[in-house]
Amino acid sequence: MRMNDDMADSKYLLFLGCTIPYRVNSYEVSARKVLPKLGVEIIEMPDFNCCGLPVDPVNHEMTLALSARNLCLAEQQKLNIVTLCTGCATTLRKTNKMLKEDKKLRQTINGYLKGIGMEFKGTIEVKHLVQMLKEDVGTEKIKGAVQKPLTDLKVAEHCGCHLLRPHKFSGFDDAEDPHVLKELIELTGAKCLDYADEAECCGYTVVAIDEKVSLQLAREKLHHINDVGAQAMITVCPSCHLMFDMQQSRIERAFGENFNLPVLHYTQLLGLAMGFNAEELALKELRVDTSSIMKVLKA
Amino acid sequence: MTEKAAEPARVDPSFKHEVMREHDGETLKACFQCGTCTSSCPTARFSSSYRPRTVLRMAQLGLREKTLSSNALWLCTACFTCTDRCPQNVEVASVLRVLRNLAVKNDIIPIIYKELTSNINDTGYAYRIPELRHKKREEAGLPPLPKANCVDISKLIELTHGSKLLKK
Repeated sequence: MRMNDDMADSKYLLFLGCTIPYRVNSYEVSARKVLPKLGVEIIEMPDFNCCGLPVDPVNHEMTLALSARNLCLAEQQKLNIVTLCTGCATTLRKTNKMLKEDKKLRQTINGYLKGIGMEFKGTIEVKHLVQMLKEDVGTEKIKGAVQKPLTDLKVAEHCGCHLLRPHKFSGFDDAEDPHVLKELIELTGAKCLDYADEAECCGYTVVAIDEKVSLQLAREKLHHINDVGAQAMITVCPSCHLMFDMQQSRIERAFGENFNLPVLHYTQLLGLAMGFNAEELALKELRVDTSSIMKVLKA
Repeated sequence: MTEKAAEPARVDPSFKHEVMREHDGETLKACFQCGTCTSSCPTARFSSSYRPRTVLRMAQLGLREKTLSSNALWLCTACFTCTDRCPQNVEVASVLRVLRNLAVKNDIIPIIYKELTSNINDTGYAYRIPELRHKKREEAGLPPLPKANCVDISKLIELTHGSKLLKK
């Protein structure tokens, strides 16, 4: 997917979504630190609303309309969207593609948008951070920004379902065998380990429906990662991050186990490699103590 | 002791057509019950009740009430693994979404979705972001969150028949 030619490739509207401002500031703080160093200019998204994903199960057209409203705001600004959340990425990307390709659906949704004086035109693109880093910033530039390679660190990635699925809408990487995030991680000098069921779901979306199922999914993943000896887990979605970082102590209590696995946002890992310190990257906001990996890095 | 005869399941032959008229629902007819969805489903591994293949079969058979009132319907994580792997190109996760949307039309709505919709309606965000969070943003040097245009957002919710999802 190529960005429109008349747009500066390095300028994006940042779509924050809801989960990041609600609970995961550290992701935003670290992203805003590293992106300018890679030549990415972040423009604030004006009066956006929830992408619509959380309410898709109950009303699909409402979700499409809410999602499309955000796309219209970006069209007015003549800027492409970058998201940090994979849920926002999958929803905005899917709505964008469906409304661009399905005339009848576009008519229906534009009928609703007319009520608020908006119209979807289909002039912008949506990318998640990982896709933007890979396709627009490029690995050479990222490699060039690394000042302190994290050579002694062994991590495991979790890219999250919505970065890549449904595949017909993401059209990027391989959902069965994801490798782009791995490649981005290895640019920092850290080693990215393979583990069982890497592409498996974190369980976040059903935590309010069946907590047990949700915690069991996250727990299984923590086990697989522990089994290969990773010193940290790297995520690129605030919801996945909540499952593994914030809920980790809950999982430990529920199953009588200990993981003590630090869970970093990719932007924090990259930030460390770029030479930012722990405080600048809001590492102390993480629930699971990160001193074990800081020790590895200092050694 | 006489045993009560099992109640025959009520079949509604029009149900599958109702599902197939909805966006993405039309792929229901292509399901030939191979079970790739269930064997790929993360929830199915830990839940004793949720099996996407079974749900699709129930819908095909026209078991309207049984399908729409099933608690298991709400256990799909929307990971879309089933959709990506289906050899028949059935939009499994989307058919599940169609079924949940239909359950809502029949007034079956888990409370969490009323909360989420009400939050979006009132604040633009799916969660009510507490004042403390705004303060923390300031302390962390983050720009203030934009104030959502709640008039427009409420209007969209109303126009798309989402008002029944709001908490009274």
